[in-house]
Amino acid sequence: MKNIKTINKKTYSDTTFAGCGECRSSCQSACKTSCTVANQQCENKKRLNKDNNK
Amino acid sequence: MLHTFEIGGEYLALDVNSGALHSFYKLAYDICKLLTPPLTKETPEILYNLEYDKNEVKLAYSELYSLYEQKLLFSPDFIVDLPKNSVIPIKALCLHVAHDCNMRCGYCFADAGEYCGKREIMAPEVGMKAIDFLIEHSAKIENLEVDFFGGEPLMAMDTVKAVTEYGKKRAAEAGKHINFTLTTNGALLDDETIEYLDREMFNLVLSVDGRKSVNDFMRRFPEGGSTYDKIMPQFKKLAEMRQQNGKSYYVRGTFTAKNLDFSSDVFHLADCGFEEISVEPVALENNHPLAIKEEMLPRIYKEYEKLAIELAKRKSSGDKINFFHFNVDLEAGPCVYKRVKGCGAGCEYLAVTPPGALFPCHQFAGMDNYKLGNIYDGFNDESAQLRKKFKSTNIYTKPECQNCFAKFFCGGGCVAASVKYEGGDMSKCYHIGCELERKRLECALYLQAKLAE
Repeated sequence: MKNIKTINKKTYSDTTFAGCGECRSSCQSACKTSCTVANQQCENKKRLNKDNNK
Repeated sequence: MLHTFEIGGEYLALDVNSGALHSFYKLAYDICKLLTPPLTKETPEILYNLEYDKNEVKLAYSELYSLYEQKLLFSPDFIVDLPKNSVIPIKALCLHVAHDCNMRCGYCFADAGEYCGKREIMAPEVGMKAIDFLIEHSAKIENLEVDFFGGEPLMAMDTVKAVTEYGKKRAAEAGKHINFTLTTNGALLDDETIEYLDREMFNLVLSVDGRKSVNDFMRRFPEGGSTYDKIMPQFKKLAEMRQQNGKSYYVRGTFTAKNLDFSSDVFHLADCGFEEISVEPVALENNHPLAIKEEMLPRIYKEYEKLAIELAKRKSSGDKINFFHFNVDLEAGPCVYKRVKGCGAGCEYLAVTPPGALFPCHQFAGMDNYKLGNIYDGFNDESAQLRKKFKSTNIYTKPECQNCFAKFFCGGGCVAASVKYEGGDMSKCYHIGCELERKRLECALYLQAKLAE
């Protein structure tokens, strides 16, 4: 496209591992005072990426 | 819903319901701001009023329409059916191993470690019982988390060591895994402790506010003297070990009304060699002299933008620097359930105080009307209703989230902040927190766009 660059195409409709609960809880990483959900990674996708890179 | 915004000369749009992020040339950006769904295949006549060449307008609109057809622009609202199971597995505990502290910080939400109670250290047996409680209540979840928190957890090293050893053993027996995190002010860090923490902890949070003057103004020893001078050599040593081994850590600071130029603190920490940095707004009642107030927001927005623009420059030139609140993974981020449910306090995440009392999270510790039970007898009778309330609080139940572009990134925000600063109402959002979250998200997305160039 000439006028637009789409940065990411993966969208929320990808629910392959939805709701499994294996990801980190939100407050455990660094914050403790503010909720930051979207900086948590999906543990399953992380594992999948590692496997794909082997 | 589409959120368009501009930072540092970049024209960006977040398609809220799909999560797609687009970077526009000015023409497409100007067009986009005039559009409301549903879109038609034909270019709307109104767009030809823009001061651009007609053929260019037509081309840009056709590109936008193509994204619309792919459901990456003005994508429709959706509702997630959250699991209705009555048993809520617990996957994380915050262990308050020390309700005591060797610092007296000006903004401490934990009442200098006392949490409105008495100074107390958690006995190793209590911590080990908490591990049993976690494993018993974790159902099928394999990845568990335990956070050693305080007060200052290094004042309870015997407990930390006993619980870590026991936790690893119990988790292995149960076919699970526990990641341990410890948050420390660093005052008691010696070489032996550094070596132990580096070996045993999955993540470390090292509390320091940034520049020496800023840090020492807020973070004080009761007897006086510079906390910065005491902790920084040890923090540097520990961070260097973690960076070499590729292990997780954060230096974590707080900014208040007294240092709204906090990007200088972030870059001070970066210039000291730290790569993983978190500097966060203080959360206090509005009448507190250190609290972030409404009138400070424009200044803070500018500061976040300044931080994002400089971070983009540094990262593009190869610097390893990571600002926690600008972390956002657009490809491997959390699933939509997590985005809707939010932080998990009171459900999958609980705090345990030194005698073993259970609270919805560390911020609720000491608030008796939020006590859920204890690790020996389990949940008390009153907790069922309260836990149900926590479970059912999500972005769909908070009116202010409905039209917010950040809702799938913050999950509805911090419940404790809503309760503490919005009159005890979980369904409300902590206004200042939301304003800052929205700005941070814009900056985080800007950074993603810049790094994708």
